[in-house]
Amino acid sequence: MAEPLFTPEEQKKFDAGIAEIISHYPPDRKSAGMLPALRVLQEIKGWLPPEGLRLVAKSLEVTPERAYEVASFYVMYHLKKPGKYVIDVCTNLSCSLWGAEKMLAYLEEKLGLKAGEANEKFTLRETECLASCGTAPCLQINEDHHESLTRAKLDAILAKLS
Amino acid sequence: MTATAKTIDPIISAAWGKPQSWTLDSYKKRGGYEGLKKALEMQPAAIIDEVKKSNLRGRGGAGFPTGLKWSFVPKDSPKPKYLAVNGDESEPGTFKDRYILEDDPHMMLEGIAIASYALGVHTCYVYLRGEFKFPAERCQAAIDEAYKAGIFGKKMLGKDFELNCYLVRGAGAYICGEETALLESLEGKKGWPRLKPPFPAVVGLFGSPTVVNNVETLASVPHVFTGGSDWYAKLGTDKSGGTRLVCLSGSVNRPGVYEVSMFTTLAELIYDDKFGRGMPAGRKVKAVIPGGSSAPVLGADELDVAMEFEALKVKQTMAGSGGVIVMDDSTCMVRSLWRVARFYAEESCGQCTPCREGTPWQTRLLRKIEEGRGEPGDIEMLSNVASSIAPYPPIGLGNTICALGDAAALPTHSFLMRYKDEFEAHIREHRCPFGDKPWGSFGDWS
Repeated sequence: MAEPLFTPEEQKKFDAGIAEIISHYPPDRKSAGMLPALRVLQEIKGWLPPEGLRLVAKSLEVTPERAYEVASFYVMYHLKKPGKYVIDVCTNLSCSLWGAEKMLAYLEEKLGLKAGEANEKFTLRETECLASCGTAPCLQINEDHHESLTRAKLDAILAKLS
Repeated sequence: MTATAKTIDPIISAAWGKPQSWTLDSYKKRGGYEGLKKALEMQPAAIIDEVKKSNLRGRGGAGFPTGLKWSFVPKDSPKPKYLAVNGDESEPGTFKDRYILEDDPHMMLEGIAIASYALGVHTCYVYLRGEFKFPAERCQAAIDEAYKAGIFGKKMLGKDFELNCYLVRGAGAYICGEETALLESLEGKKGWPRLKPPFPAVVGLFGSPTVVNNVETLASVPHVFTGGSDWYAKLGTDKSGGTRLVCLSGSVNRPGVYEVSMFTTLAELIYDDKFGRGMPAGRKVKAVIPGGSSAPVLGADELDVAMEFEALKVKQTMAGSGGVIVMDDSTCMVRSLWRVARFYAEESCGQCTPCREGTPWQTRLLRKIEEGRGEPGDIEMLSNVASSIAPYPPIGLGNTICALGDAAALPTHSFLMRYKDEFEAHIREHRCPFGDKPWGSFGDWS
């Protein structure tokens, strides 16, 4: 037997999450909960394993293909296990005008990763505008937002990641 | 610059930065939910008329009159009606809704309550872009407070009117800011825009009549009722009432979100002490994008224009989502356009061929020119590719289901119209004339 996807505690969290989500939609529209349901799964497992996608699909009464279609459309869902820290660096116009390209180059050198690459600890990605253009440059680490970044500030943030 | 702008007291941003401004307590102390109380004493049709008279126009990009949009919802539909709040703020250069959600979410919630009561909506979904973790936390806390205070839930301030409000986070897709893609996403699907008509007001979420309004639009609604529609309309121009938030970024001394009058010009926004405080030392403006990265760019001699829908339309550009991006005279226009083009290539949903194929094609051509590999004919090709997605001018001739096609082509057309010599120089010199410093005064990071 393969190991179950969830520990009992995770299973509880998943079931409660799905029940809450479904209650937000009309009874015949369970499938509308796809985005929040995938988020629940990702919050528990750190990514979207295939058997998890099947469970989400089953809970929302759709096919697994449908869950995969949605999961592969949106960039915040991880279909592969990412590094412990996912660093999304905005390099769009306003951020580039405040040094984002140079900041990304610095991160690439410091982490030994090119944008788009990952190791066990870090996934480094270029991302699109994070709606923080007045406090550029900015990035997100596991969805936590950091703005008005200088080298010193970034070093201090990275130093805290164990 | 002289302060010729009609000065206004901020109404949307008045409490930003003040202690606990995001709480119900703070909002109520400032007269919060008084507009809702007034609206609840009116007939729903009269509420919609009041919003029409206020000349409030949508703040999400298209500038459609809000009251008119509300009036398209059929009164006699047997189906439930929905309100969907567009908080997918993703247009590069735009970061105003983030501040409303973080610093004064109840202002938007009051607008939601008024709109729902007027439209007979009993379920509202607030759709926020997935990256808005902190704004979503603040917004959810405010929704919880509103339930506890008897604003949402079974009764609305004691009146027999049920409203449930749910927050939904997206998952990283610019296209979901397009209203029909947003509805698809709310239905649990990938964000592929729908053909219009039918418009969402008739066939929207779950096939039911649905109004989709931007965060700032809804945050503006309470003021129409506290101050009255006459007062609100008179703050603005004949066709556009109220104040608006503009987001200033790029090569300027003090970037940020500023609440301005509809008469404030781009030049005032950039140079005035109340706003941008001018250009970095020794630098001049080269280019300004006035309404988010999809809005056609303006040159340094075109800044004496009010940041208002009609005035910018005359210039063949748009007020859009209020994202003003400034580039100084040491910024490379090819590099800048390449960066913008990459965004649209990345965010094209892939549904329509001109956009799916055209946006990466633009990007490849721009990279080639920027890296010094450009050849004679590349500029013409670039222009042709952009025209195949959407010809210009005027705005709105796109060959695609949604406006992302136009959004992707307009920057190309307008950069080529105004800065063609820079593109030619790249090809002639087989290099970027700006070398390794293409990003202007603040482009060096330290």
